[in-house]
Amino acid sequence: MTVYNLYIFDRKGNALYYTEWSRKKKPDVSQDEEFKLMYGMLFSIKAFVNKISPTPPKDGFYFYKTDTYKLNYYETPTGLKFVLNTDPKCGDMRDVLFQIYSEIYVEHVVKNPLCRQHEPITSELFSSKLDAFVRTFKEF
Amino acid sequence: MTIYSIYVINKAGGLIYRQDFQTRDVPLSANDVIVLAGMFHGLHAITARLSPEPKSKGMEVMVADTFRLHCFHTVTGTKFVVLADPAQTTLDHILKKLYELYADYVLKNPFYSLEMPIRCELFEKQLTKYIDYVEANQRNYAAGAR
Repeated sequence: MTVYNLYIFDRKGNALYYTEWSRKKKPDVSQDEEFKLMYGMLFSIKAFVNKISPTPPKDGFYFYKTDTYKLNYYETPTGLKFVLNTDPKCGDMRDVLFQIYSEIYVEHVVKNPLCRQHEPITSELFSSKLDAFVRTFKEF
Repeated sequence: MTIYSIYVINKAGGLIYRQDFQTRDVPLSANDVIVLAGMFHGLHAITARLSPEPKSKGMEVMVADTFRLHCFHTVTGTKFVVLADPAQTTLDHILKKLYELYADYVLKNPFYSLEMPIRCELFEKQLTKYIDYVEANQRNYAAGAR
């Protein structure tokens, strides 16, 4: 099971964090443009899911799959968005994303007095904990 | 296994066919569906672009808590979209049959112009017959398809 990259966005659309573990295709736009495109796409998918759903959705969008990757999504009630790209054969990653939020983000970012809201995360502790956690899932 | 709706989108992103098999709590107007089809067409293109791996084709499956959406994108750019309940794991047989019916009853119809809305009675009849058959033989069909 390979994990390609992870994005974290806040409710205003700012990219708070991005990291990649293996990414074979370089984006054809600058990183800022890519973040905006990703956030815009997530926003549109949310609107699309809300409209097309036969009954009003409770949790919303879970994931989508293409032939080369799977995009797992988790949104917290406060509007924080976690996006994890993995290989398409990967199983359900919602628990993993929830763990990343509750055990790593809340512990090392929310409870960190130096990490301010709506600003990119620069905490090294967060980066290392996240990296160690994801590597327990990755297989090279 | 319940199929909620089937949509066919042409290569420009316009909706050319729409069929609902279950009544919705909040019915979607014709305009709403056309807008959603266009939105899906755009999303499909962006998902191919944002791929971390090279040569990605665009989203094939989308899952939410209340539905599951499968899309078959043909080499000519036509998209066949099926909306079903989330318990379904595979809708490939339906997409394949849908494509077969499209090729037989729509493309071979001399009065049908490409990329235009589908108004072929035989296509609708055969499609409804197939979906009814699938819904009636849910368990048997699913076992047989595997």
